[in-house]
This record gives sequence, structure tokens and C-alpha cells, in this order.
Amino acid sequence: MSPLNQGVLAAEIPAPHIEYGQLGPMLLVFGVAVAGVLVEAFVGRTWRNTVQIPLAVLGLLGGFVWTIALAWRGTPFHVAAEGALGVDGPTLFLQGTILVLALVSLLLIVERRQSHFTAQASALPGSDAEQETMAAGITQTEVYPLMMFAVGGMLMFPASNDLLTMFVALEVLSLPLYLLCGLARRRRLLSQEAAVKYFLLGAFSSAFFLYGAALLYGYAGSVRLSVIAAQITRDAGSETLLLAGVALLTVGLLFKIGAVPFHMWKPDVYQGAPTPVTALMASCTLVSAFGALLRVYYVGLEKMEWDWRPAMWGVAILTMVIGAVIAITQTDIKRLLAYSSIAHAGFLLTGLVATSREGLSSTLFYLVAYGFTTIGAFAVVTMVRDSGGEAAHLSRWAGLGKRSPVVASVFAFFLLAFAGIPLTSGFTGKFAVFKAAIEGGATPLVVVGVLSSAIAAFFYVRVIVVMFFSEPEADGPTVVAAPATAAAVALGLTATVVLGVLPQPVLDLAGTATSQMFVR
Amino acid sequence: MSPGHYLALSALLFTIGAIGVLVRRNAIVVFMCVELMLNATNLAFVSFARMHGNLDGQIIAFFVMVVAAAEVVVGLAIIMTIFRTRRSSSVDDANLLKY
Repeated sequence: MSPLNQGVLAAEIPAPHIEYGQLGPMLLVFGVAVAGVLVEAFVGRTWRNTVQIPLAVLGLLGGFVWTIALAWRGTPFHVAAEGALGVDGPTLFLQGTILVLALVSLLLIVERRQSHFTAQASALPGSDAEQETMAAGITQTEVYPLMMFAVGGMLMFPASNDLLTMFVALEVLSLPLYLLCGLARRRRLLSQEAAVKYFLLGAFSSAFFLYGAALLYGYAGSVRLSVIAAQITRDAGSETLLLAGVALLTVGLLFKIGAVPFHMWKPDVYQGAPTPVTALMASCTLVSAFGALLRVYYVGLEKMEWDWRPAMWGVAILTMVIGAVIAITQTDIKRLLAYSSIAHAGFLLTGLVATSREGLSSTLFYLVAYGFTTIGAFAVVTMVRDSGGEAAHLSRWAGLGKRSPVVASVFAFFLLAFAGIPLTSGFTGKFAVFKAAIEGGATPLVVVGVLSSAIAAFFYVRVIVVMFFSEPEADGPTVVAAPATAAAVALGLTATVVLGVLPQPVLDLAGTATSQMFVR
Repeated sequence: MSPGHYLALSALLFTIGAIGVLVRRNAIVVFMCVELMLNATNLAFVSFARMHGNLDGQIIAFFVMVVAAAEVVVGLAIIMTIFRTRRSSSVDDANLLKY
């Protein structure tokens, strides 16, 4: 052995210093997920539901309280776990949002009166084994630990301060979601197809993300965002590596938020997945992925704004216009909401393009507002049912306003919030991001945004017309108002109204959270 | 040999993988092409680690291997279920969700 090697071996490797208190919310959620797996292994089938549900609620609630406690003691602004994770205002705001939205989605998942999940995913659709498990009243309780792992990954994604942590978080949040997509109780072929499509495309896009990270590592010699930013400021290293790396990294991130041209998975997956999982993806995943996108662009690539801004302009315009235009032709209510979600990703991108503190805080506000509205809308979709499960086809919703005026009115209200009508949270959110974008010098983008909002309003109003001004079918769907789902709708509705009428407290909170921007 | 050659090889493997994902029909083969892309990434990380003279890239390669292994587990499970239902693992046959 050479003297050099001996020297290396003799040197003591310092143990990493982990701030467990600062990372509490994440660790708690992951701990609950692991405990959930143990419950699956050791608790009898009849008891699993009664153990898993309180465990999941406690994990999310505890995480939320912990997040509040962290934010309460002054504005935190530092890195944790040897610089791998950032604990700062925007991150805590996003994490709190994710935890609350996950709690509301959990209400849909726990619904006992109308289970959304298959009795046994391994039993073939239509087989005797499936009939037996259904008859035995078994439900798949793996949903809870899978959901907790996904939520844990979502908490980590916007907090990651280096690209490796971000990649691991991306996979930790995606892998359980791929599985959750395939667990629908009804229309199982659609559900499995959605899982395969989501999985193959998701894996494809994360490979792009990773290759981008590799090229940026080649450029800066580190995957830490602050080091990459410093290298860009110094203007050293190969520009080819930098630009190619940023492009590939962006592909991976834009896929997760479903921006055009990486949006093709969204309608298929949203339609095929069990609706509670769709609600979780449409709200929490979007919040988390947007947080990561904001961190990469505001921390790592701030200094090369002039290089990425034109590309982001293009993506934002395409996303808004294509999302709104294709939504017009949709006949399935879940697909329609998926295209609406694509259009909203475009509106959110205008907040990113603003590249200012106002842009950041307005995007955070928009994410909260949109998250609640979208969960509420998907919750209503689970309530309108016929013999084959959810009546997702738009024609089946004809005359719902006469059959069940309250539910139809609530859904109409959510659609108006998506369209951005004043006195709903959608208006406040859109107004905030567009204002920030104009101040950031992106006026043409805002013009396109307003025009595509107008296009989008057309198809939202079309759904309202179908619900209220057409005759109900004789064998039309019935509205099943199960307690937990109704609670989720009520929460979504309350948030949509409150953020529309009295948005100032949350706007102030988002403003305070972003007072120091992201930690480096 | 200079690390540049390894980088060229890594870019080549990544491209082959990406083209494979786009043109192949069998879900398993598509998935193998994704794994090829991840391995190409590992090669790039290790070559860059050699060029920069730090160990970050080599450590990252380990993380990527673990993540790829987890992805295999989930992916094969999903492809298995759809194969058992449809008796086919062609990505063209899964065509119920469209437009």
C-alpha cells in the first residue's frame, strides 16, 4: 500500500451533521410511511384500516404543526444536512401547503362508503379471485404508506439544494404515484394503462433530468445549486455543457408540472388514475414540482436569466394556449380538468418568468389557491356516480343542476374559480401572477395569458350550461354525498371563497415567506 | 485515454437509449432503454469526477444505481400487471386512453 493511500485511510471521516429538528416534517412523514409498511406486515387484515388511517392523519397533521413551529421562530434562512436541503421561507410555505393539500386528498382516499381502490391489485380484472376479494370486503391498505412516501418525496423536492437530492426526491415522489395510479377499483384496464404510461414517460423524463444534472456537474464540478450559480457568475467552464445541462434538466422538471410540449401524459394519467390519486397529483405534485422548478431557476440559474427566459416564454405561451384550446374538445370531465391543469401550469410559468420577489410570492399564492380548487373539483367528480362507478362522461352530467342543485352549483363555482372570475381565489391568483409578470417586463406573455383565460372560460361555461340548461337523462347518475368526500368539497369550497374574498392574509404570508427568497 | 472519450461514449449510449424509448414497442424493451440512459448518465458522472478530481460524481453514481434498482421493481410490477390482463406488453396495444 502506498503511503498516500495509508494517509487517506488513516484520516478520520467526519460524520455528517444533520439538523433533525429542522427536517422534522419530512422525517415524520417518512417515519409514518415506514411504520405503515410495518403495519401492513404485522397487523391483521381486518385491523389495518383502523390503524393506517389515524397513522396517516397524525403524520400529515404532525408534519404541518412542525412546519408552522419552524416558521414561527423568525424567518428561517439556512441550509441543513450538510447543505443538501434548504430550510427557508418559500420552502416552508410550500411544505405547509403540500401537507394541508395532502390532508384534504386523504379525506377522499379514506372514503369508506365508496371505495376507490381495488381490493387486490394482483387479482386479474373480471377473474374469480377479484370477485372473491370484493365479496370478502377486503380493501387495499397499501395505499396509505404509498401515499405517505409520495408526500415525503414531495416535501423533499422543493427543499433540495443540490441536484442529486432533487433527483432522489423526484424518484421518491414518483415511484409510489406510478403504483397508486394503477389501483383503481373500477375501469381497471384504464387504470393499469395509465400506470404504464405514467411510469414509462416518467422514467424517460427523469433520465433526462439526471443527464442534465451530470452535464451541470461536468460544468461546475459540483451538483450544489449555489456552486453552479457561482460558476455561472465567474463565467468559467464550458458553455456547451452548461446550456445542454440546463436544457435537459428543464425537460425533467417541465414534465413533472405538465408543461407543453411535455404534457402528453397528463390527460391520460388523470383520467385513468383513481380520482383521489388524481386529486393528490393535481394539487400536491404540482405544488412540489413548481417549488423545485422555482428553486433551480431562482438559485442555480439566476445569473443566466437572459439565456433561459426566451425559452420559458415559449413554453409558457404554448402551455397556456394549447391547454386551453384542446380542453374545448374534451368530453370526459377528468380529461377536461387535466387540460385545465395544463393551462394553469402555463399561468404559473408566467410567475416564474417574472423572476422577481413578487413573481415568487404570487406563484406561491396561486399554488395554494389552485390546489384547493382542484381537489374540490375532483372531489365533486367522485360524487357523481352511476352503476359503473363515476359518471365521467360529460353527457352524463346533463341536467345535474336539476337533479342535485347544490352539488352542481358547487362544481360550477369551482369552474368559475378555474376561469378566474372575480371573488374567487382563481381571480386573485391570476391577478397576482400577471401583475408580477408585467412588472417583470413580460407584458406580451400576460396578453396571451388573458386571451387563453378567455378561451378557457368558454369550456368552463360550456360545462355549466350542460349541467343547468339541459334536460336530465332518465337513467342519469345519482349524487352520492359520502361524509369524508363532502368534507373535502367543503374545505375546497371554503378555501376558494376565502382566498377570493379575503386574500390579504395569505398574500401577506406568501410575501413574508419570500422576503429573503431562497437560501443558497 | 482521456475522459473525453468516455463522455462521447456516454452521450452515444444516452442517445441510443432515447431513440430506443421512442421507437421500440415492447414495454420491457422501452424500459431497458431507459435503464441504458441511466447507465449512460453514470458513465458521464464518473468521467466528470475523474476530470474534476473530486469524488462527488462517483458517489452520485451509487445513488443512481440504487434509484434505478428501485425503479426496476416498481416498473416490472406495473408492466407485469398489464401483461397479465392483456396478454401483451406492447405499448401500442394499451390504447384505451386517447384524445
